[in-house]
Amino acid sequence: MNSLTRETREADRGQAEQFITPPASVTEIADGYMLEIEMPGVKKDGLDISVENNELTIVGRRSLPTVEGTLVHRESRPENFRRVFELDPSIDGDKISAKIDQGLVRLTLPTAEHVKPRKITVS
Amino acid sequence: MNLIRYQAPDSAPWSTLDRWSSLRDELNSLFDMPFWSSFGRTGQLFTGWSPALDLYESGDNVVAVVELPGMRKEEIDISLHDGALTISGERKRESTNGETAQRSERYVGTFRRSIALPTRVDATKVSATYQEGILKVTLPKAEEAKPKQIQVS
Repeated sequence: MNSLTRETREADRGQAEQFITPPASVTEIADGYMLEIEMPGVKKDGLDISVENNELTIVGRRSLPTVEGTLVHRESRPENFRRVFELDPSIDGDKISAKIDQGLVRLTLPTAEHVKPRKITVS
Repeated sequence: MNLIRYQAPDSAPWSTLDRWSSLRDELNSLFDMPFWSSFGRTGQLFTGWSPALDLYESGDNVVAVVELPGMRKEEIDISLHDGALTISGERKRESTNGETAQRSERYVGTFRRSIALPTRVDATKVSATYQEGILKVTLPKAEEAKPKQIQVS
């Protein structure tokens, strides 16, 4: 139950676009989890977060600052960011919220209020 | 009735290859970068955080662009010494009360990055901006380092 997120790293099946996997951290907080992902150069509208089949996908598209002049030394990589996590069943997928500040995406993943076993009556 | 958890047919055979995709990422990054800078990056595994730095040069300026996600402006120090630009700072761990880190790939602590500048710059006119986690330092070239047109008389 405490294994929030098992990461699913898909071998990019037939995907044309290459992504880089940004560093992330998962912290357990009072009523859920907090997920932080580093995406420098990504603005709010470049961020695409989706939950599908219990999989949380975060894609960040960069809008890099334009700099005049020629590049004389490069360490950054041009690809966009993408990270996929499998959600623990205790997480309420509808209540996930996200914000981005200075290239750091912070998602709050609250646990569902009633993570109770369902009772099935025999008719 | 199906009691076994359904697995997408195409995901199963790939799971063994998952680790290869991260390895490939790593290898690609080595090839993508200039030889010596890849040392800085692999050093990250052992010594801490070495933010990626790009350097641009135009007629009037030298511009350094550094990826520093999730910092506060006040936590970044920029200094110039002997023709080298140094960017340092400290990323602090945010509140830790009753929280348990389950997985942490983000680096917390101090970092320091230096790069020798290709030309002399005017230290009094250096300016910097920090947006979307990217620090951009603009260093105007010193008068004597600017390209000059010489008229043939």
